[in-house]
Amino acid sequence: MSLGPTNSYTPQAPNEQPYIAFEGISKTYAGGSNTAAIPILQNIDLAIGRGEFVSLIGPSGCGKSTMLKLVAGLTPAGAGKLSIDGMTPANAREIVSFIFQDATLLPWRTVAENVGLRLELERTARFRREEKVASLLELVGLAAAAKSYPRELSGGMKMRVSIARALSTRPRVLLMDEPFAALDEISRDRLNEELLRLQNEQKWTAIFVTHSVSEAVFLSSRVLVMAPHPGRIAYEIPIDLPYPRTAETRMQPAYEDLVAQVSKTLRGVHSL
Amino acid sequence: MKSRMLTALNASGVLVGLLLLWQALIWVLHIPTFMLPSPIAVGQTVVSRFPSLVGSFLITAAAAAGGLLASIAVGVVVALIFAQSHWLRRMFLPYTILLQTVPIVAVAPLIIMWVGAGLFAVTLITFIICLAPIIANTTQGLISVDENMVNLFIMQNASAAQILWKLRLPHALPAIFTGVRIASGISVIGAITGELFAGSSSVGQGGLGYSITYALAQLQTDYLFALVFAATILGFLFFFIVMFLEYYFLHNWHESARKTETQ
Repeated sequence: MSLGPTNSYTPQAPNEQPYIAFEGISKTYAGGSNTAAIPILQNIDLAIGRGEFVSLIGPSGCGKSTMLKLVAGLTPAGAGKLSIDGMTPANAREIVSFIFQDATLLPWRTVAENVGLRLELERTARFRREEKVASLLELVGLAAAAKSYPRELSGGMKMRVSIARALSTRPRVLLMDEPFAALDEISRDRLNEELLRLQNEQKWTAIFVTHSVSEAVFLSSRVLVMAPHPGRIAYEIPIDLPYPRTAETRMQPAYEDLVAQVSKTLRGVHSL
Repeated sequence: MKSRMLTALNASGVLVGLLLLWQALIWVLHIPTFMLPSPIAVGQTVVSRFPSLVGSFLITAAAAAGGLLASIAVGVVVALIFAQSHWLRRMFLPYTILLQTVPIVAVAPLIIMWVGAGLFAVTLITFIICLAPIIANTTQGLISVDENMVNLFIMQNASAAQILWKLRLPHALPAIFTGVRIASGISVIGAITGELFAGSSSVGQGGLGYSITYALAQLQTDYLFALVFAATILGFLFFFIVMFLEYYFLHNWHESARKTETQ
């Protein structure tokens, strides 16, 4: 089966110091007493530049989410070195935000209180916090819902709250684990466009895990296709569509070609 | 609103019907008062012995409330300890079931022997039978927090105290209320059962349970019925207080405390 013009993944020596660098990262989960340890990630080398938007796509069990957890410092690497702007993941937490698949809003708090949670944990003064929360809600178009409770919101609105909360601490790195997987297509497209608008304004670096090929192509400057058993980066597909990308971008033949190319590559990985 | 009034009307209609049936049975079958007093006789007793009825009511209410509140305080603390470790739960959680299954009527004499009969013994008995549901439900609530919610707090370098107060405890609140609701029902039963054994009138007035044994011994069946009604009202009162608190704290966000919408 031909995979077209896709490059098989070989890590390039970056011409500048990478912002996020995986060097020989491996991760195994200890099995039970009778089973062997299960390799989750094997020898990952990856350099992500400042302000890049990288998507990870691949079959279940290829370690996509584990990659994010490693950067977030939520799980330690078994071997190798991982640095974020020269810092270890544990030290880089202040500049990293994580957006989970579930909006993970606290149901007993209003929208505004949820957005302000991280600032509250940082012990930001109340008046500063309220000011910031108001502008964040404005940013994600939820100013009118400030006093609502999460149960009163649609899935898309919940995710907007989650995004606003993630941006509240002015992160430099945004990790997203299938944030829009549970949304309908229209909401997903709209949130994708907004996400790019926010990135254009705030210039954070993004690692985005998804199962949706079109979403990965639309958002990313680079799509990494991962393969399982053990988890590794199999292919790298640069997405050279110009930014800013809008709803129009999805109509372009170049976009459709890239979606087809990523799909084909992904099918190849699935049949490995 | 209209349907709720209709429900109230229907329910009170049933009550009136039952009272009429009761009165009719006594007239028709000529049942002696000491076997089954008429509703009218019970009503008259309630009025004539109202002060002592209220006194007993308050004593039992104090024992039930004291035992319940103590079990909430101790139960939540124990659950917080259990929530820390899987091993602690494995080792000790089975014993809370023991706490629930031990027949309180068998333990009551022991407690009287240790602390002496009276309000304290009754409160202690109530505390013991209320403890298990509080511990079990609170522990479950504390450990069922979504892992990513904890991750969210960890990534913000939240302290253990912040995770407890801002995440685990509020998350556990619906489960705690479930435990308290169960415990509140058995607290009244526990207090009255306790008084059957350990009640004392050393201060000149016993609780409902003690008065029930006294009324029975004296064959004051009408007063016995009045006491039973008082006990029922006490149980209702506890139930409604807990329901109200649950609604007050949870109605904004938790499904269990929301009114179901009827089409």
